[in-house]
Amino acid sequence: MEGFPILTLITFVPVLGMLIILLLPGEQKQTIKITSLAATGVQLVLAVILLAGYNYNAGGVFQQGSFQFIEKARWIEIEGFDWLGTLKVDYFMGIDGISMPMVLLTALISFIACISSWNINKSPKGYFALFLLLDTGMMGVFVSLDFFLFYIFWELMLLPMYFLIGIWGGPRKEYAAIKFFIYTLLGSVFMLLVMIGLYFSASETLADGSQVFTFNLLALMDKANYTADGILSPFNPDNLRFIAYIALFAGFAIKIPMFPFHTWLPDAHVEAPTPISVILAGVLLKMGTYGILRISFPIFPEITKDLAWYIALFGMVNIIYGAFVALAQKDFKKLIAYSSVSHMGYVLLGMASLTTAGINGAIFQMFNHGTITAMLFLIVGVIYDRAHTRGINDFGGLASQMPIYTGFVTVAFFAAIGLPSMSGFISEALVFIGAFGVEEIRVLTIISTLGILLGAAYMLWTLQRIFFGNLNEKWSGLKDLTAREYVMLVPLTIIIIFLGVYPSAMLDIMNTSVNTLVDFVTIKVGNISVSGLLN
Amino acid sequence: MDLSFITESLYFVKPEIAASASIILLVLLDLIFHKNKTIIPYVALAGIIITGIFVVDQFNISGFAFLSTDNPKYGMIAVDNFGAFFKLIIIISSIFVVAFSAYSDEINKITDRLGEYYALIFGMILGMLVLISASDLILIYLSMELLSLSSYVLAGFTKLRDRSSEASLKYLLYGATSTGMMLFGISILYGLTGSTNLYIISAALQTQSLNLLTLAFSIILIFAGIGYKISSAPFHFWTPDVYEGAPISITAYLSVASKAAGFALLIRFIKTTFVTFVDDNGNWQLLQVFDWESLLIIISLLTMTLGNFTALWQRNLKRMLAYSSIAHAGYLMLGLLVFSNQGLIAILIYFTIYLFMNLGAFFIVMVIANKTGSEDIDDYDGLGFKSSFLGVSLAIFLVSLTGLPPTAGFIGKLYLFIALVDAKMLTVAIIALLNTVVSLYYYIRVLKHMFLTSPTEKTEKIPLNFGQIAVIIIMLIPILLFGVYFSPVVDLAKSYITILGF
Repeated sequence: MEGFPILTLITFVPVLGMLIILLLPGEQKQTIKITSLAATGVQLVLAVILLAGYNYNAGGVFQQGSFQFIEKARWIEIEGFDWLGTLKVDYFMGIDGISMPMVLLTALISFIACISSWNINKSPKGYFALFLLLDTGMMGVFVSLDFFLFYIFWELMLLPMYFLIGIWGGPRKEYAAIKFFIYTLLGSVFMLLVMIGLYFSASETLADGSQVFTFNLLALMDKANYTADGILSPFNPDNLRFIAYIALFAGFAIKIPMFPFHTWLPDAHVEAPTPISVILAGVLLKMGTYGILRISFPIFPEITKDLAWYIALFGMVNIIYGAFVALAQKDFKKLIAYSSVSHMGYVLLGMASLTTAGINGAIFQMFNHGTITAMLFLIVGVIYDRAHTRGINDFGGLASQMPIYTGFVTVAFFAAIGLPSMSGFISEALVFIGAFGVEEIRVLTIISTLGILLGAAYMLWTLQRIFFGNLNEKWSGLKDLTAREYVMLVPLTIIIIFLGVYPSAMLDIMNTSVNTLVDFVTIKVGNISVSGLLN
Repeated sequence: MDLSFITESLYFVKPEIAASASIILLVLLDLIFHKNKTIIPYVALAGIIITGIFVVDQFNISGFAFLSTDNPKYGMIAVDNFGAFFKLIIIISSIFVVAFSAYSDEINKITDRLGEYYALIFGMILGMLVLISASDLILIYLSMELLSLSSYVLAGFTKLRDRSSEASLKYLLYGATSTGMMLFGISILYGLTGSTNLYIISAALQTQSLNLLTLAFSIILIFAGIGYKISSAPFHFWTPDVYEGAPISITAYLSVASKAAGFALLIRFIKTTFVTFVDDNGNWQLLQVFDWESLLIIISLLTMTLGNFTALWQRNLKRMLAYSSIAHAGYLMLGLLVFSNQGLIAILIYFTIYLFMNLGAFFIVMVIANKTGSEDIDDYDGLGFKSSFLGVSLAIFLVSLTGLPPTAGFIGKLYLFIALVDAKMLTVAIIALLNTVVSLYYYIRVLKHMFLTSPTEKTEKIPLNFGQIAVIIIMLIPILLFGVYFSPVVDLAKSYITILGF
């Protein structure tokens, strides 16, 4: 497959679908839906092809040579004067073990969300066009290796998301949409500033020997490329790297969302239509943690080490706070939203450990949270479609009315709690193993384990309130799952259980890269093989 | 003074001559065809295009026209690439304004006065062209008055609404005061240095020791006059009222062309008079009169913050765009306050993009107002569903004004921030970025009304003819193209930063 631009294809296939949809007349709803399904389907197939051709032993992270499926072309080149350096931006894509799981996740969740969108009947043309644009933005973020390109994709998602929540959302959709937009834009303007600062601090040597400022993420990771007086250069004694790190981290933290920047999430989730909630929880939140791993950690390793304790602290707060708030929710969807806040805390905790096990756990948790929470939101969607309410206390005894549905719910809930043999268990266990091993954050880790207990509490209590007890007569007409819902829930269930039983399938993908990353950030900290550790 | 002195100068002022000839021609035609004036817009368009050809002809030519008698090295008009660039901005926006006027119901109601209308527009064009090149304080003042007088009349031209007359009067009063202040400043500067030519003044300032307080006072007074033209705080109060009251074609014109001329003047005035030399890194070294940087930082941040925060409360789109244009004046000042060639490039890039996005937004607001008779934001409810082309286009222009990728507005802002970071002015950059976030709120509110609110019975489908669609598409193309491939616009800007004398 050498030379075949598969990453370009996987990123822009949805846009292609979008263009076709825009050319179709709005009345042909079925054709529009099928086009959209085909586009996301092709994307999923391409993701599987990527996996088939993926080299498990290539590290990536900071060496261009060990990235895979690289595409690099000069996108913008503007000759400068002697006082104004040449500006160049590369169209630079590639994947390694950190991005591969995310690419798979994005393709999978987009496809499932597309199926879940089948009963959208309010101007489907606009909906699917925006949906596919969003898909491109997400995929682009995960494959970009140039900061400028990364930023464009990052921002590209905002507008479609705004409209998808704002037009097709619930009663308070306008408020939720604008809140989401303002929050994330606030985060990304800081990212922009850091991007420009980095640009002026490092230069890359081109093939012809000339030195130019660069947005290339890999070049920015190499200390040797930094100039003596750049504002973000480690060689400049008055550098602003610490402030830049905080700014960048805030930009990503809003997306995760990390306490105290999380308030947009429950609103967005509650108001968004089911498929958009699925995308939001399944993929969008991962972009924050992915950004930290891809950009913050390797570009600012020394500050990462200094601040690891604080990252772990915020992770712990997320876990505990999210769980407590979830416990108090009466709205099923809001409960899942807060459980997301809690579960993303594990990712932060795992990353903060800066160990192979911890970061493996973090990335695995990103993937698992993507699949599990997607399933949870689909489950909420199923009941909401039928009952038009999400109040947990409105239900009761549904287990007898909808036994198969209850089965799926139980699987998803147990996966979210972290029951052994489900994927969530492995990732949470790895996070705790990694974090516990680091003495500085051991106390935080121990407190964080309380999150599992709380998680079990709110999940089981919800299960009891909705499905057990006496059936409310009002719901005696509810039907069990339809074929379309099976198509969405079955694959996710299989993935969750499969990865719970055989986690190496995913861990092996990331292990080499995670080792490289840990090595790179902490400089030879030991090389534990995660697969070996589990045996 | 012999005749060759004048004939040699004529070579440099061909665009101005073409514009003057067009005024005379339009006045004559207005008298001849006093029954049917359909020909007038075409003549005006032809006049603008011919003027434009002469402007393009001036690219890469530099020299002085109307040489000073004191020192024949310098003249009253400096022709250089920097000026040619801004003149081109003026010409392009003038062409769009003819298109605006052709499709504006407000203007079409007064066809019997079209001759005057276009003659006055040419009065503005002539004023702006001279203003951009003027390197003599007297000429600066004269051209500014020509520009202002024409715009006062145009602002109240339709007389259809009371607000229109109010706008005109307010504009006149503000204008008279600020140009009066400017004239006072000019007289002091002349008194100090003994010349009105900027280059000779510059030489005098560098060699003689002058009373800095008096000098600073005169500069501030001159800034008042320029600040009023570019509607920077605290001289911006006229802008919303005038923009709201004036016919929308004139509002759009004022917000782009008049502002461009004002900026060209400001930059030329500062650069020729007070910059002593430009170092290897393209940084300008300024004469130490006062703290230039702090003054401009305060003005710039104040302008954008006031503009953005006041825009938040506006329900009339024209008024909202007026405040947004004040905010954009603040952004543009960012490029100046770093005092470097890098910043100058950023300004040129921003203006090129601002031209299209701002005119585009005004054009669509006008098309909608033609049909609904209102610019109130509530009348935009559900418009995106009824007239999706208009809705999507307006959305793109507004997103570009916010500065989000992948639109060209992002590139404009990116270069401004690159200039700021390069100059290590991070606090300024952060405040400006936070302003962008604030601005998102009011731009997005229009999108909210268009797309998030369901159409009411009042919402009508806005009919579009081929010409209107063509105009919108012509303005959309650069916004989308430069957003993803911005080499052309940056290359263009890079080659046009040379100001005569450096």
